[in-house]
Amino acid sequence: MSHDHSLNPKTMPEDPAKATMEGKHKFLGLWFFLGGETVLFACFFGTYLALRNSTAGGPTSQDLFGLDLVFLMTVLLLTSSLTSVYAMYHMKNNDFKKMMLWLGITALLGFGFLALEIYEFAHYISDYGFTFRSSAFGSAFYTLVGFHGGHVVFGLSWLIALMVRNAKRGLNLYNAPKFNTFALYWHFIDVVWVFIFTVVYLMGMVS
Amino acid sequence: MTENTSTNKINSFQKEKNKDEMRKQIITFALMIFFTMIAFFAVGMGISSMFVIPLILILAIVQVGFQFYYFMHMKDKGHEFPALLIFGGIWVTFLVGVTFVTIIWW
Repeated sequence: MSHDHSLNPKTMPEDPAKATMEGKHKFLGLWFFLGGETVLFACFFGTYLALRNSTAGGPTSQDLFGLDLVFLMTVLLLTSSLTSVYAMYHMKNNDFKKMMLWLGITALLGFGFLALEIYEFAHYISDYGFTFRSSAFGSAFYTLVGFHGGHVVFGLSWLIALMVRNAKRGLNLYNAPKFNTFALYWHFIDVVWVFIFTVVYLMGMVS
Repeated sequence: MTENTSTNKINSFQKEKNKDEMRKQIITFALMIFFTMIAFFAVGMGISSMFVIPLILILAIVQVGFQFYYFMHMKDKGHEFPALLIFGGIWVTFLVGVTFVTIIWW
């Protein structure tokens, strides 16, 4: 009972995500994880940079990539990053319904991004015969971009699980850190995407 | 009663502070969209790659800086550890990038 009371205070603290010790630990733990993720993606980017011209007579990056689709994907993911900032803004104002609404919009934008990525891969495979096994470029491309897409899938599953599980709980000091942790992860996915659209797509169309 | 009014005052102050913060976030977002558009236009117009590649890389780094410092709040107090972890990750990224790009020179 007293435990329940301490997690549901009458007035929410200024930053509900970091008001409890557990919240502080979750925050630090996620940043540790993101540091590791940076190293993971660094390896994929390094591999891609080394192998992007090893096309083995198959399609090259100039044959494959198109500006329009990638721009649309970028706008969707960048906007979903902003909508999760909105969700955290409403969390700090202790407005649970608006937070859930903006998280829902974030999920929709994430699904839009994912749908475009699936369409993109299907287009490469069926129209160009460009697969994971086509060339070293193919392997490096699908590993890097596919792993980022995998992060989006994981992020969306995480978000939906959080929203369903906490739908009837309302906002309290127990679940505020969970939402905040998700938002940080979601921003990081966008950070990785910024380098993907720059290094993979834009640089692939230039050189 | 007095306690109640004082918390309400803090709340309205906090709300205003949060609103101010949100305004900064929207400016950040507008700048990020703007940088993205410059990068895509530069590539779409077909300017020489000697100029375009450094330009889009710089734009990406600035955009990621905004994402880390504003969207992910690294500019706020108490983010020394996150900064250490992320800059550690960036250092490794730099090393890996240099290694893999130079290993194919021979």
